[in-house]
Amino acid sequence: MRYLLIILSIIGLGLTVFPSFLVFVGVIEFELNIVLMTIGTVLWFVTAPFWINKEKTGKTA
Amino acid sequence: MKAEEAQAVVSISGEFERESVPASHQKGWKSFLGMYAGEHTAGTEFVIGPLFVAAGASAFDLVFGLLIGNLLAVLSWAFLTAPIAVKTRLTLYYQLEKIGGKNFTLAYNLVNALMFCFLAGAMISVSATAVGIPFNMAMPSLTDVYPTSVTWVVVVFAVGLLTTVVAMYGYNIVSKFANVAAPWMILVFIAAAVAVLPDLGVTSLGNFWEVAETRIWKGTALPGQTQFTLWHVIFFSWFTNMAMHIGMADMSILRFAKKWQMGFSSAAGVFVGHYIAWLAAGVLYALFLYEAANSLEFSPGIIAFRAAGLAGAICVIIAGWTTANPTIYRAGLAVQAVMPKVSVRKVTFMVGMVTTLAACFPALVMRLLDFVALYGLILMPVGAVIFLDVQVFPKIGLTSNYAEKRRLRFNWAVAVAWILTMALCLALNRIWGVEIFFLGLPGWFLAALIYISLSWAVQRSAQKHTVAI
Repeated sequence: MRYLLIILSIIGLGLTVFPSFLVFVGVIEFELNIVLMTIGTVLWFVTAPFWINKEKTGKTA
Repeated sequence: MKAEEAQAVVSISGEFERESVPASHQKGWKSFLGMYAGEHTAGTEFVIGPLFVAAGASAFDLVFGLLIGNLLAVLSWAFLTAPIAVKTRLTLYYQLEKIGGKNFTLAYNLVNALMFCFLAGAMISVSATAVGIPFNMAMPSLTDVYPTSVTWVVVVFAVGLLTTVVAMYGYNIVSKFANVAAPWMILVFIAAAVAVLPDLGVTSLGNFWEVAETRIWKGTALPGQTQFTLWHVIFFSWFTNMAMHIGMADMSILRFAKKWQMGFSSAAGVFVGHYIAWLAAGVLYALFLYEAANSLEFSPGIIAFRAAGLAGAICVIIAGWTTANPTIYRAGLAVQAVMPKVSVRKVTFMVGMVTTLAACFPALVMRLLDFVALYGLILMPVGAVIFLDVQVFPKIGLTSNYAEKRRLRFNWAVAVAWILTMALCLALNRIWGVEIFFLGLPGWFLAALIYISLSWAVQRSAQKHTVAI
């Protein structure tokens, strides 16, 4: 389960950042990038909290 | 919470506040690289990056100036802060108490708290520019000082109140949430900038530099802004975290390092947050200026929303909120150390309200470059004092940790060094016109000279007095 969550989180981050490069090279439209970024953001925030703080000991400053 | 406890928590780590960190709790490279990488991408980046554009930094000055300035910052962490942190393995606050006395440390805490309030206030304003988007709120402009509309005040107060209440009751949740948000946030910065490059005219990597010079960092300041040169960029980026490295606040973190070389791990933070994020935020603002015909309106929320949609607006809110929240919490603890009979929640509420009031004034955001420079400058002399006391005094026969050894609650040598350095820096600024961004360097040497002279005089006088008795 934990690995599945991590994989989904990584996909979320991927959707946040990679479509912008596709916009830059003209493969996708800017509007689609906005939608994919939003989906990536949701995916990241619904999966990452379940594993990320288990690894980190807490922000120090 | 008692004063000592409160003061201890201000030093962040929550462990070994009044003792050296034992070997069993020391951490390796991975911990510090991860911590610094997540640490330096915050709400401030959404303001500083654009303000470089507004200040007319040229593309060359920014790209190379940030490279040099950030490198100097890393070297400051590595060669000034880390060796002292590893040598003493104490928090800044406890080390300062040994040198300056308990009462001096309380005074330092108060000033620190005030700085925290203004910083948090700026971040509440930043979040408000995103929260206000659905309400068609009129955004402030670069030259605004006072609140611009009733809606602005209402939104700022709503954000400020929410931030304060969370700081009072749910600090740990926000801290965990900040850990989650950090990697996503930097990717939003990068993605937003890359996606809008074609709108600025960048069609391939080949013409990026040409566009950067003509449409992004054009080298001419907007009306009412200080004109930035290469030197401004170098010194600003070096001293952005002056309170942390030269000012020694990061002793509290680096005391957990297995060896001093781990101070170099700060590079993971500054070259992500203070290089990539600043450049990316600058690109977003340049697009805004390009499309809005150089409008003086300044709204990080609108800028990010245009470039990254909902994710961008959320990023601005989260970045501002996760910076403001711990800052209000720490300011509350710092003030509570001075008012130990009042509960930490009440103090945090008071601090939060002062912060929110300050946030209503857009000048706090619009003058953030000056404020960041001032923040570092004010806390820097204490770093110089600690450096001399730990590294130099044992070599020249002066007594280190003088307040502890003489059981003083207030070491005048430290206090006068601090205040006199500030006064001389003010004189340099007012009489000789030295800009605030450059004062840190001469200020450090002035603080060192004053502290070493006063300590020599005070300790020699005390010795004579003891012999006479």
